[in-house]
Amino acid sequence: MTHQPATESDLCAIVADARAKKTPLAIEGGGTRAGLGRPSQTADTVSMRGLDGIVFYEPAEMVICARAGTPLADIEALLAERNQILPFEPPDHRRLYGSSGAPTIGAIAACNLSGSRRISVGAARDGLIGVRFVNGAGEAIKSGGRVMKNVTGLDLVKLSAGAHGTLGALTEVTFKLLPKPETSATLVLDGLDDARAIAALSQALGSPFEVSGAAHLPAGVGADTARTLLRIENFAASVAYRIDELRKLVSGGAVIDDAASCALWRDVSECAFFGAPDNRAIWRVSTAPSRAPDLVRLIQRNGAVAHFYDWGGGLVWLAVDATGEARAKDIRAAVAVTGGHATLVRAPDEVRAHTQVFQPLSDPLMKLTRGVKASIDPDGILNPGRMYAGI
Amino acid sequence: MSAIAFPLPDPKILGRRDQIVAGLAALVPPECLVVSEDERRAFETDALTAYRRLPLAVVLPRSTEETSKVMAYLHQEGVKVVPRGAGTSLSGGAIPQEDAVVIGVSKMSKILEVDYADRIARVQAGVTNLGISNEVAADGFFYAPDPSSQLACTIAGNIGMNSGGAHCLKYGVTTNNVLGVKMVLVDGTIVDIGGDWLDAAGYDFLGLITGSEGQLGIVTEATVRLLRQAEGARPVLFGFATPEEAAACVSDIIGHGIIPVAIEFMDKLAIEICEAFAHAGYPLDAGALLIVEVEGSDEEMETQLKKIVAIAQKNNVKTVRESQSAMEAARIWKGRKSAFGATGRVADYICMDGTVPTSQLCHVLDETYRIVDRYGLRVANVFHAGDGNMHPLIMYNVNDPAEQEKAEKAGEDVLKLCVDVGGCLTGEHGVGIEKRDLMPRQFNTADLHQQMRVRAAFDDQWLLNPAKVFPLEGRAA
Repeated sequence: MTHQPATESDLCAIVADARAKKTPLAIEGGGTRAGLGRPSQTADTVSMRGLDGIVFYEPAEMVICARAGTPLADIEALLAERNQILPFEPPDHRRLYGSSGAPTIGAIAACNLSGSRRISVGAARDGLIGVRFVNGAGEAIKSGGRVMKNVTGLDLVKLSAGAHGTLGALTEVTFKLLPKPETSATLVLDGLDDARAIAALSQALGSPFEVSGAAHLPAGVGADTARTLLRIENFAASVAYRIDELRKLVSGGAVIDDAASCALWRDVSECAFFGAPDNRAIWRVSTAPSRAPDLVRLIQRNGAVAHFYDWGGGLVWLAVDATGEARAKDIRAAVAVTGGHATLVRAPDEVRAHTQVFQPLSDPLMKLTRGVKASIDPDGILNPGRMYAGI
Repeated sequence: MSAIAFPLPDPKILGRRDQIVAGLAALVPPECLVVSEDERRAFETDALTAYRRLPLAVVLPRSTEETSKVMAYLHQEGVKVVPRGAGTSLSGGAIPQEDAVVIGVSKMSKILEVDYADRIARVQAGVTNLGISNEVAADGFFYAPDPSSQLACTIAGNIGMNSGGAHCLKYGVTTNNVLGVKMVLVDGTIVDIGGDWLDAAGYDFLGLITGSEGQLGIVTEATVRLLRQAEGARPVLFGFATPEEAAACVSDIIGHGIIPVAIEFMDKLAIEICEAFAHAGYPLDAGALLIVEVEGSDEEMETQLKKIVAIAQKNNVKTVRESQSAMEAARIWKGRKSAFGATGRVADYICMDGTVPTSQLCHVLDETYRIVDRYGLRVANVFHAGDGNMHPLIMYNVNDPAEQEKAEKAGEDVLKLCVDVGGCLTGEHGVGIEKRDLMPRQFNTADLHQQMRVRAAFDDQWLLNPAKVFPLEGRAA
């Protein structure tokens, strides 16, 4: 069955009851990313959509607090009225999963989802400054707050971000904001191979011009020729000046304007190039940029893979055949060489049920993971097995 | 004189001191072990100097492996551990207890790797904050968090306290700038979290340990982000008749979509004290002063400053001092940067660091004057206005126990006020022992017990820095 709490105290009662009956709960937001993580193994679901609405929005303080089930689109529309943004460019994954529904702000926090601007302004977890959540005992817990400098007590805010609902069902999230940049432009270099492209991205990111997007799309990803992208967002005069300086630094390139730039970066952040109906399996690998081309080469040695790079090369998106274990062995072996971690973000249920979707952890980290899970959700009621079996 | 309670030392541990010291001596060479009372004195307090306790012994390991051996031994012996960076904590985070061994990271101070392509530095955790920026400055890079103690404080301490600084408005605090750590757990287990890539795998343990005040483990190595320096940086100084006008100006700047790299605020007494010390040319007729710094090319800074000055004028600014040279810029900053030292010459002080929503700055400032006045003391305010992180310096005479108690009470009242207006007890100094007993003001029992259970997942016997952060009464295991 699906529970539909309208308030946090409803949710507390539902979780306490589930704990008493030992019936674990899957936690659902808009349902647009149901394919992210290990397949749900619970009979019961709790929908967060009823926990909806803005708790407060203070443009002068650059902070917003919303209930977890609030659609992301509502929040972005409200912020747009005051020319503000969620800094980390939260991605909408409906194109990637071919799903429908309304992505929620709670899922952005719970899955720590960040787009291309992550390299310059931090991830969702960096923007998240306060949470309320219901733990596995059915207690409402708060951590953090509404101010951007806060070191009072253990930071359970960060711990909640990226825990995919396994460490509490988020009920309220508070994010810090930034002014919407006046305009943007993207410099496009054509025809570079991966190694030269990543070197150019590193050079640009090591410049003082505050590059806010740095991606490389090899030939065949969105266009016939390889494109290396560098984005500047700022006041108009600064965008013009900085793009000019970047062109000198990386020797040329064509410039695309604000509208085209926005559309292109949305595609990059949301991995639209491999979007449905393409049904290949998709991996997302985080590694050091300078080693990313090696990582791809190592994987290609064992079979074809389509790929592109975001985050200056530090984020590699891979598309592979969605059969068997979706190349998990090859990919994790390559990650073991270059360092980093790989997540299988899209694959059929039967593949995700038999593959480690999230990067396997070292023994001491796994032990801590188990301990922390037990300290928040002792009976494994909340999204059990979503990230790791038994967690 | 102690208003803040310390737990009673465990007599069984005190009675076994010789045996424990001998056990440590078998693990580390003599130069890494501090035993004599005279030498232990150097470790009896930190920057919260009103409180001191002599530790059982001090170990200064030279490596992660040595730290691991020492931790494993102490764990096996059931001995408490107080981790220590440079001992610059303002909240008493590094103050020992008589039945605990201090483990200091000062002998692990090498920079292991600098990589400009990936923009990271891998360092031993005893390296100083400024040591990293100095290492890479000539190549145009820096490490962003810049606490006032950056000349002395260590990265281990910065991670322990999630240190901030004057430039966090744009660059964030420690937790936003650390990519990976090597950490020794209470039982000696060595664990690697993250690395030189973005977003560590699994639960965000990096985020959890940053700011955990040495209760979850000892960080021995860290990988931090390096950033490229801006083309240039230039401050402008504004004098206002009243704090209200200065605060309105801050809101107005941010409202115009401008995020300066720093917005610092000083009140009348702080201006007087700093000017008398630093001769920075601050306007003595001003009721409040702002230092706003922007970055970019000359032309970009010019444009931004023009906008900011126009906003200040709309908010009735009385004095505007722009810096035309690096020397002038340094002079503007000189007064602000010497604020703590200059105040220390006038009187002893305690410094609170509650953060409040920026819309509450003026209200909190007014109330702070009223509170401190009620106790018959004086207060100077210097703070990071852009992020609402207050720093009232409450002045008193350290040799007068009654006055110390008044100062602490006044500080408490100010912090309660910060919480009550929607802020928090501490923005960057940490809870330590100083604010430990105020935690129930900000968190209810369920919140605190949840934090304590998470803590216990790392240290179920509460051996690591046990007297800090959580009230001594009502602890949950």
